[in-house]
Amino acid sequence: MMQDLNWAIGGEAGDGIDSTGKIFAQALSRAGRHVFTSKDFASRIRGGYTAYKIRSSTDQVESVVDRLDILVALTQRTIDENLDELHEDSVIIYDGERTEMEDVDIPGEMIGLSVPLRRLAEDAGGAIMQNTVALGAACEVAQFPIENLDSALDKKFGAKGEAIVENNKEAARLGEEYVQEEYDHDFAYDIETTDNDYVLLNGDEAIGMGALAAGCRFYSGYPITPATNVMEYLMGRIQHFGGTVVQAEDELSAINMALGAARAGARSMTATSGPGIDLMTETFGLVAQSETPLVIVDVMRSGPSTGMPTKQEQGDLNMTLYGGHGEIPRFVVAPTTVSECFQKTIEAFNFAEKYQTPVFLLADLAMAVTEQTFSPEEFDMDAVEVDRGKIVDENDIEAWTDEQGRFQPHFPTADGISPRAFPGTTGGAHMSTGLEHNSLGRRTEDTETRVEQVDKRNRKVETAEEKEDLSPREFGDSDSDTLVISWGSNEGPMREALGFLEDDDVSVRFLSVPYIFPRPDLTEDVEAADEVIVVECNETGQFANVIEHDTLTRVERINKYNGIRFKADELADEIKAKLGEEVTA
Amino acid sequence: MSSDVRFTDFKSDKQPTWCPGCGDFGTMNGMMKALAETGNDPDNTFVVAGIGCSGKIGTFMHSYAIHGVHGRALPVGTGVKLANPDLEVMVAGGDGDGYSIGAGHFIHAVRRNVDMSYVVMDNRIYGLTKGQASPTSREDFETSTTPEGPKQPPVNPLALALSAGATFIAQSFSTDARRHAEIVQKAIEHDGFGFVNVFSPCVTFNDVDTYDYFRDAIVDLADEDHDSNDYDAAKEKILDADKEYQGVIYQDEDSVPYSELHGIEGNMSEIPDGAPEDAMDLVREFY
Repeated sequence: MMQDLNWAIGGEAGDGIDSTGKIFAQALSRAGRHVFTSKDFASRIRGGYTAYKIRSSTDQVESVVDRLDILVALTQRTIDENLDELHEDSVIIYDGERTEMEDVDIPGEMIGLSVPLRRLAEDAGGAIMQNTVALGAACEVAQFPIENLDSALDKKFGAKGEAIVENNKEAARLGEEYVQEEYDHDFAYDIETTDNDYVLLNGDEAIGMGALAAGCRFYSGYPITPATNVMEYLMGRIQHFGGTVVQAEDELSAINMALGAARAGARSMTATSGPGIDLMTETFGLVAQSETPLVIVDVMRSGPSTGMPTKQEQGDLNMTLYGGHGEIPRFVVAPTTVSECFQKTIEAFNFAEKYQTPVFLLADLAMAVTEQTFSPEEFDMDAVEVDRGKIVDENDIEAWTDEQGRFQPHFPTADGISPRAFPGTTGGAHMSTGLEHNSLGRRTEDTETRVEQVDKRNRKVETAEEKEDLSPREFGDSDSDTLVISWGSNEGPMREALGFLEDDDVSVRFLSVPYIFPRPDLTEDVEAADEVIVVECNETGQFANVIEHDTLTRVERINKYNGIRFKADELADEIKAKLGEEVTA
Repeated sequence: MSSDVRFTDFKSDKQPTWCPGCGDFGTMNGMMKALAETGNDPDNTFVVAGIGCSGKIGTFMHSYAIHGVHGRALPVGTGVKLANPDLEVMVAGGDGDGYSIGAGHFIHAVRRNVDMSYVVMDNRIYGLTKGQASPTSREDFETSTTPEGPKQPPVNPLALALSAGATFIAQSFSTDARRHAEIVQKAIEHDGFGFVNVFSPCVTFNDVDTYDYFRDAIVDLADEDHDSNDYDAAKEKILDADKEYQGVIYQDEDSVPYSELHGIEGNMSEIPDGAPEDAMDLVREFY
């Protein structure tokens, strides 16, 4: 009996696909099973094919695979779109009583279960619960104890009152019983539950949670897919900690408000996606030049311009690395997993304040919208450290004043980091500007001062390179001659790909790099390998170019830019192909 | 805050580089007087400005200040004030900064009604780029970029503010020092967004909207029977294209500032050394 389960629900946008998927993911998580979800959605409110997929196992899962075991199909298109992933033991649940599904085409050997979803939902109290009926049916097919689904329904609908919860439970029960009674079939699934406790969340939520843990008190943003969830998450919660979220009139305003709050001393953040980053770029320069600590989240999606708003891509690396006129010291940190979104957000706030620079937190759509299970220990609040850097108060401000008693917020220190006085600090009044300035913050075009201040700001990068651990995460066989490098959310599929490769006796050393700038020097690693392959979701190989530049060595590339994230099995095949190995699939 | 603060305490030791005779001297002096009169001192004051002649003000004043990018001073001020309500936040801008590139932010800052003041040095021309038409330039005002005049009506900033739901609208004349300072002071004292449009003549590039013109044209509302709490009366004055009014034109005495409506209080710069005490609840939500 199969233990891994690949489940999906698909239909038209507006059919409640997302929330139904989330409920089933929650049920599996509450049953102590690992869950990895992916969403296939279009950029529209209603209509258009949309699907929510869940891969679940008792082991940690890091990727989607080309396999679908149970499919809840609300439309014929849902079946057609997923033909490649369906197999002979696949079960398709659909409502044969709905006119548009009467002549449904169930391919080949697959098992089609016609369940009157709408009619049973009406029996339970309302047609709106048809998806819940399907979940009950899926529980029966998977031999998955329906109590877990009850628990997820409690969580989802608890706030809406007892009646709605009970009706949904009844709807699920009717779905389960219908399959039991009408289909005398021994399905291929009998999935196991465990006593493990997991939390289930996506990257956007992890970024929001990290921000709250790190003491973020001010967030301003403008809604944009796929970054909006960060704002929505914070909106309900930041007030509890004495902070606020402002929905700005545009991205220009959003980053300027965040800049203002940061200068007032708040830990401050904004989040957007590619087009918003473009709009923020002018102020990004001001943030850097005025040495204001600010965290700017870019949840990447396909570009350029409006591109494909709901599709995966890692195309903004160059933008975050080089964007803005002039030369600007910055941090670019790219979390590689959902739980790293939490940890790296905390780190981003510390970098911002320790080095008084803008920090780009570079996440991507695949990670931001993917719900994944983790041990709660990965979100360890006791481990959170807050480093606010060189803050001076009224007692030590005198050490940083000039002979006329004027505070010097841009004093050219040896490590490049100057004293910082929050407004309100007695004796600290000073001016900040995007103009080149002297140690007082006042405009200057003096050639020596210009060089002194440029050097001062750039010394911060050198200081960070010395002080911070920027090492990549390492997986696979450390002695292998093949080195694979990736960044961002490719870590998950690549880690699973290592397993597939191992099965075929292909050994690979894998480095997942979360620090884009400053970044680790990979020269030795690259030189030690016979073959170096850089994996990324873009066409031009932006990170591969950076590595070639750093190491003066040509590297191989695996690029995917069709809008869909890498799958583990696909990645394993591509790596084998690069190595001249035979691909069996 | 100390009561013995004088307005000169807000002066920096940097001499202003505005042209001799520029209206901005008087505008700035009035701002400093109003700040001192309202019991503020440089260390609790935050001045925000954008780009242009008006943008230089942070350099010539002594306070916490930021000189931002063009047109975006209001969002910066909003962030400062919400993050630390103890600070007195004053935003300064020009007619280009506020009504052209920053017009979008102006409307939204007005409707957001954050408790800060916004002083616009309106000289009806672009001065720092050497004399092009601004959004408040007259329809027939000939400049290097509008040789036959802009041929479009000027923006009426007061009407923009009123239509966006302003709770305080005032206008002053930079050289009428006492009145100007008094009006800015009222803007500071207002519970919400205090907007003051200041006639601040450009002596170098604007030979139409001059000191002499304003001296003749201005009607002081203090001399008229004007009730600033009366919305309709304010609307009438604001839409009167034939007169240049000085004074508080409209004030909503029941104004509730943004932070109060949104339950924001306290200085956000104060945070714990590690995660907040109940942070584990954030994780538990995801079980």
